[in-house]
Amino acid sequence: MTSATLYGLMGAGLVGLGLYGLVVHPHALRKILAFNILGGGVFLLFGVIARRGASAGVGGDPVPQALVITGIVVAFSATALAVALAVRLVEETGRAALPFDDPPTGRAHRAEL
Amino acid sequence: MIEQPAGYLLVFATVLPAVGVMLSLALGGRWAERVALLLMPAGLAVALAILACVWSTRRPLLYVVGAWAPPLGVSLRADGISAAMLLTTAIVMCVVVLFARADFRTARSGPREARAPLAFWTLLLGVWGALNAVFVGNDLFNLYVALELLTFGAVPLVSLDGRAETLAAALRYLLFALVGSVLYLLGAALLYGAYGTLDVVLLSGQIRADTATEVAAALMTVGLLAKTALFPLHLWLPPAHAGAPTAASAVLSALVVKASFFLIVRLWFGVMPALLVQPAAQVLAGLGASAILFGSVLAIRQDRLKLLIAYSTVAQIGYLFLMFPLVASAASAPGASIAAWTGGMLQAISHACAKAAMFMAAGLIALALGHDRVSDLAGVGRALPMTVFAFGLSGLTLMGVPPSGGFIAKWLLLTASIDRGQWWWSLVVVAGGMFTGVYVFRVLARTVTRPSERLVPCTPVARHREAVVLALAVLSVLLGLVPFGSFGVLQIGRFDLPPGLLR
Repeated sequence: MTSATLYGLMGAGLVGLGLYGLVVHPHALRKILAFNILGGGVFLLFGVIARRGASAGVGGDPVPQALVITGIVVAFSATALAVALAVRLVEETGRAALPFDDPPTGRAHRAEL
Repeated sequence: MIEQPAGYLLVFATVLPAVGVMLSLALGGRWAERVALLLMPAGLAVALAILACVWSTRRPLLYVVGAWAPPLGVSLRADGISAAMLLTTAIVMCVVVLFARADFRTARSGPREARAPLAFWTLLLGVWGALNAVFVGNDLFNLYVALELLTFGAVPLVSLDGRAETLAAALRYLLFALVGSVLYLLGAALLYGAYGTLDVVLLSGQIRADTATEVAAALMTVGLLAKTALFPLHLWLPPAHAGAPTAASAVLSALVVKASFFLIVRLWFGVMPALLVQPAAQVLAGLGASAILFGSVLAIRQDRLKLLIAYSTVAQIGYLFLMFPLVASAASAPGASIAAWTGGMLQAISHACAKAAMFMAAGLIALALGHDRVSDLAGVGRALPMTVFAFGLSGLTLMGVPPSGGFIAKWLLLTASIDRGQWWWSLVVVAGGMFTGVYVFRVLARTVTRPSERLVPCTPVARHREAVVLALAVLSVLLGLVPFGSFGVLQIGRFDLPPGLLR
């Protein structure tokens, strides 16, 4: 087994763990962490592809590395936005679990504009 | 790859809104609204110019950024469907801006800067720019960034009023969207590993049916389906679209879900047309059919008008996916494939106009009544005749009553399904139309009943707001009179058609 295959399998494992966590945990912060683990798996895969795609004499293909830096920045902003929303949710309701019930049917419900 | 001089138009389409976002943030306060007002006509002009260019040259418009040709560089490309979606976006955005001015006006006397208006105008421009970037993107990674920008603009729009309910809806929307885009990114990584490029045109030339490509296609499709809210991944859509402020609901339901649908079309018919075998296409259309039936039934059962319209979006998204088995393997039945393609894209365009008009009409009704319970709508027809008429007209488009745009779209899908020998989809189209009729008439019937006492609007509704909503609803009906089929503009730049077929 080459090191690239090993890292690829680890990436796949992280993706699986992240997806599992996202589906199973109702707590918002756990979901956000699971998303980051999932993202970490994908970024690791980019590293593997950079390594494998390298031509003779070059240590690594630079394109996936450029992509992965952009990906990390995007994932960072996504996490920041999600955490900000979760914090506001806790401030408003006092709990951080996402209710996965039916959307409000709203008989006693104030209409939004 | 031939670059046209008019390729600069594609740069304007993406850069104008970005400049608007920066100007709004720099100038702040009341300027954000003015920047949006100034940029919208410019954006409309750019979209019109792009469509005129694509139509007159009968070729996709191409711009190679920095003259670095792919695979080293990145290119922008607008084919027929990109140009049509750019123009639809510009028109809906212009109407939304005119509509939203009353809701997000910064008071002249009060504090110099209010948070909600500044956020709204900046985010609206951001969503507009991201949509344009999705429509002209020609590189799978660039498209990923555009999709994420779209999410970052759309999610805060949902929770603009900061209530607990909309915060939960926004967070759920964000989580669905993030999983969707990270799965898309995973697929893009696999494609780069297999082919060494992410350029759509280059990929379409060298794609092969191997395991890596199939896994990548599956991951990207599932991710994009979560963002498009196709049944059964629609759970986030109703609370998010119904809870958002009216103007934001209109943009989210009309345009934002179409962006990820557009990418699915790009992926299957642009990047890998040969890989879309009938069993896979039948699964996509089967999900679409379930969405039509499930969404319509739930829409009929809703008591709140905005939730009813949101579930109607879940159903109407289903129609878009009926085009996949009918367009696939174009070489065997080019006529039906062309008809289904026009039908699918026309459904996206006419639903965009009709749903935006419908959400804004519902918003005006809620403004006048102070609530949006369907059972208590008696007398609205007399108090707001123009708004109710606009609601009815957009309902006609959603149902598919002639001569509306929705009728032509559904008619083309129906005839194509019979031509391709897949009659079962025509049953779904007809049943969906009847279900839509039920929920639209349920609302309209309530609005024209006589109330027990004379209805006095609790908030006066400005006449010009009713007028812009009506104009958009009329446009959604008039779309049916535009001969898209004979113009052939939607077919320009298709990869999956045998060459020379449209000449």
